[in-house]
Amino acid sequence: MKRYLYYPGCSLRGTGKAYEESLLAVFKALDVELEELEDWNCCGATAYMAIDEMNAFALAGRNLALAEKKKLDLLAPCSACYLVLNKAQRYIKEYPKVAKLLDHGFKAAGLTYTGTTKVRHPLDILINDIGLDEIKARVKRPLAGLKVAPYYGCQIVRPYATFDLTYYPVSMDKLLRAVGAEIVDYPLKTRCCGGSQKGTLPEVGLSLIHILLKEAGRRGAQVVSTICPLCQFNLDAFQDEAGKKYGEVSRPVVYFTQLLGLAFGFSAKELGLERNIVSAKRVLVKFEPVAA
Amino acid sequence: MSNPESLVAIQNSFEPKIVAFFCNWCTYLAADLAGTSRIKYAPNIRVIRTMCSGRVDPQFVLEAFARGADGVLIGGCHPGDCHYQEGNYKTLRRVRMLRRVLREMGIEDERFRLEWISASEAERLKVAVNDMVEKIRALGPLRLEIKAEHFPEEVAA
Amino acid sequence: MDARNGDLRIGVYVCHCGTNIAATVDVKAVAEYAAALPGVVVSREYKYMCSDPGQELIRQDIVELKLNRIVVASCSPLLHEETFRGAVAKGGLNPFCFQMVNIREHDSWVHQDRQRATEKAIALVRAAIRRVALHKPLEKKRVPIHPDVLIVGGGIAGIHAALTLANAGKHVYLVEREPTIGGNMAKFDKTFPTLDCAACILTPKMTAVKKHPNITLWTLSEVTEVQGYVGNFEIAVTRKPRYINEDLCVGCLECIEACVYKQAKVPDEFNLGLGKRRPIYISFPQAVPQIPVIDPETCIDFKTGRCKKTCIEACGDRHAVDLKQQPKQETIKVGAIILATGYQTFDARKVPDYGYGVYPNVYTAPEVERLINASGPTGGEVILRDGRKPQSIGIIHCVGSRDENTNKWCSRVCCMYSLKLAHLLKERTGAEVYNFYIDMRAAGKAYEEFYHKLLEEGVHMIRGRVAEVTDWAVTPEEEGKLVMRAEDTLISFVRRVPVDMVVLSVGLVPHEDAKDVRRLFNISCSSEGWFLERHPKLAPVNTFTDGIFIAGACQAPKDIPDAVGQAGSAAAEAMVLIDTGYVEMEPNTAYILEEECSGCKTCIPLCPYSAITFLADKKIAHINEVLCKGCGTCVAACPSGSIKQNLFEDEEIFEEIRGVLANA
Repeated sequence: MKRYLYYPGCSLRGTGKAYEESLLAVFKALDVELEELEDWNCCGATAYMAIDEMNAFALAGRNLALAEKKKLDLLAPCSACYLVLNKAQRYIKEYPKVAKLLDHGFKAAGLTYTGTTKVRHPLDILINDIGLDEIKARVKRPLAGLKVAPYYGCQIVRPYATFDLTYYPVSMDKLLRAVGAEIVDYPLKTRCCGGSQKGTLPEVGLSLIHILLKEAGRRGAQVVSTICPLCQFNLDAFQDEAGKKYGEVSRPVVYFTQLLGLAFGFSAKELGLERNIVSAKRVLVKFEPVAA
Repeated sequence: MSNPESLVAIQNSFEPKIVAFFCNWCTYLAADLAGTSRIKYAPNIRVIRTMCSGRVDPQFVLEAFARGADGVLIGGCHPGDCHYQEGNYKTLRRVRMLRRVLREMGIEDERFRLEWISASEAERLKVAVNDMVEKIRALGPLRLEIKAEHFPEEVAA
Repeated sequence: MDARNGDLRIGVYVCHCGTNIAATVDVKAVAEYAAALPGVVVSREYKYMCSDPGQELIRQDIVELKLNRIVVASCSPLLHEETFRGAVAKGGLNPFCFQMVNIREHDSWVHQDRQRATEKAIALVRAAIRRVALHKPLEKKRVPIHPDVLIVGGGIAGIHAALTLANAGKHVYLVEREPTIGGNMAKFDKTFPTLDCAACILTPKMTAVKKHPNITLWTLSEVTEVQGYVGNFEIAVTRKPRYINEDLCVGCLECIEACVYKQAKVPDEFNLGLGKRRPIYISFPQAVPQIPVIDPETCIDFKTGRCKKTCIEACGDRHAVDLKQQPKQETIKVGAIILATGYQTFDARKVPDYGYGVYPNVYTAPEVERLINASGPTGGEVILRDGRKPQSIGIIHCVGSRDENTNKWCSRVCCMYSLKLAHLLKERTGAEVYNFYIDMRAAGKAYEEFYHKLLEEGVHMIRGRVAEVTDWAVTPEEEGKLVMRAEDTLISFVRRVPVDMVVLSVGLVPHEDAKDVRRLFNISCSSEGWFLERHPKLAPVNTFTDGIFIAGACQAPKDIPDAVGQAGSAAAEAMVLIDTGYVEMEPNTAYILEEECSGCKTCIPLCPYSAITFLADKKIAHINEVLCKGCGTCVAACPSGSIKQNLFEDEEIFEEIRGVLANA
């Protein structure tokens, strides 16, 4: 049985609850054991990284040091966590100054870190450790005929493309194809979802959200599949507002793990599909198992 | 080894002597290119030119170790690229055999290296030389248990 | 020290090379160190040893001090070994009583620590002094040269070199793998900056090749084997079947019209798939030779064996159509080879941001050349893949050039051909044309002037690399268009430019199989894959393999004038070789000490040139000096030490090893 350390981060315990529910279900179905990293803290993303990188690295570094003791790869499903943990890892390795400063912090906390923790993304693990054949074998209800726009957002391949192509990532495309879905050509797959702009410059945020959803629709997607809690939240929560301002763009926005989970035979409730603001029911109902 | 700190000091001041046999057509040219490109690398190697890496007689290697070399590097053309069609394959065969002999003599693998470096791979040359120097520096000077001065003659006999 | 050299008198010369060596190596210390070594009579340092006074110094010392061995510590022997051997010979000494030490490329240029660089120089000089003591006089052997020349590649460079040599009375074999010569240039519409039509200036030269009595032209042919050495190469050429007998065909092309395919259905290679051809076709109207070719992949008779064979019927009693033709092997002897195998263009699909292969109206520049050509698939009318005529066109420079993610080099021709295409497209369509460039590189005769002409014509120039080409609209004006997004770096503003057509100015890259060709001819490639010249400035058409020259874009991207210039130069170099009549071989051959050979035959299978034979009567091995290339593999393998190699004797190398390791 494969084992990983699991780092949920704040999102998967908050707005991205559905991501956690579906992710745990999918990994369980694949016989993968996830052990939650004990005493984890904030990854250091958002305000920390913007205001003081060293603070962010210290926070990320503590998580990395805790993980190193366990000698397991660290699974970080949220894109922001994944990027910050990776970035801290790189800086510790490449800039002796950063490593030296952090060492002080680690010592104060009774920790050491030698730099061996591997930060992994669920897409990476599913494709490279588990493999498409294994995933195909677990499919109970193929998502035949479901047209999906695969939307990756910016953080998992930029700037560190560790397991997929910077320009045109394809790992989610492959996974969803493996469970029977049809992937529409979606060149906007790594474009900006607006990030926090919706809060600070609502016009900018809304127009970005609108373009992403409009183009998904124009290319025939019935549903947009995401891998990032912030992307999902932006596209889901504000699409009504974007639609009112720039024209109707109603389209369910789900996590890729929710789609995999459906194919593996889990119910909408088990996968947190009921938490979505824009209901995916109309599109996905035919794939949901009949209640026993 | 009772005093590890003094050992570190020796290793830091120790400059390995490496004899390099470079073939005329690939690796010697790569070393020339490193020069014209002003690529900097460790000054520990002493290059001896042969027309082909296939010319490197195992006795040359033994002689170098016997005379105080801390390492021997052979540089030839990539497989399939030999100027003499297949001299480098002969080199490869000999290196494998010779490595066994060297192990028997207590000479570590890191001290004897074969690299395929083409005429355009100055950067590769730099990396190989620097890497070898560092590895040998970590091993320390070659101290042969038996005085190997007469080794080549004995092997030849 | 060797007993043979009891009266050893060595002269040592350490070169400053201006400051190239002297800045890093303490030249004086090296010379002083050498002076104290046994056998050294004189040890000097000098600013430039390769200069006339430097060489004169050696000559004079040999005469006055009766020196019998010379060591020069300077640059790489590949640069000046011959120079100094010459100087040694002028002093009346055998040129091989000389050893060169490389303290520039291998020392001063690659190290920074002056003390350690000096130590290294001293070790190398010490080794050379010990080695040279054992050197013995040798003679270079003269081998006659075959007067014919092989040229590989029938583009403009190959054509020009072939005509130059043929006009000088040399016999040339021109081998081209396509059905026609002309290469890339034949596909161009106009040429920059003069805008003369490519076909008009090229086709007369193509015809001249065909007609020239001194040129044997083999199209649809590839070199498959190269044996021998400078002056005496043996080449095997495979000639693929054309299925038309070249000797019988008169070029009436009636067979093409007669093909059972009334409509052309096969994507046409010459027009880069933009047009169609029949299974029997001619690449373009002025193709040379003017002979059709049958494509067995698409010909019905080859596929089913049940065709009416109307082509044979049309040919009538000329009987030129021969569906049973087989590949043919030719073996030729030549003295020199010119490689002019050209380039291919960058595969634009490798930059997915620009949508080539995804959006139909994104074109590569070579495709546009065909699109605007009067004999192209649309008769010169710019009609897009979706049938529209463009009203706005964006041209992206540097696609696959000057890019960390693809190729770092500048392809040199793209700025100019982009301007040319901008001019031609504007002229043909009246469209608004936008050029997105990084830097405008217009270095060449009348090139900058051409750029200014374009500015005056009202072509838009946007200095900025295009980030992406997309088909999604933000504003109503963008609907249905391709949107090009780029930062205009001159006004620091991100622009979105909606256009109907995008042209990708793809860079030049080495042929996919350049590595195979390199291997076949035993030459080197740069790390990018271009054929490597012997010296970037002073021997740009020579390779490290004597007798093999390179011309045109196989060496690096270049435009037509440069390719032609280089072709002429390569032809001249080949001519020098041939007209000399002989070549001097480096005397580094192996030889056998007959009385010591035990006849074990270990050496025999090691020789790649079959130069070693077993003399059954004497029960010993024998080396044919003419066939031996001097690699020394047999020498290293001989268990009894009875094989020796001139210039690389065991004892010489042992002394070198001891020399570099001996402590001061």
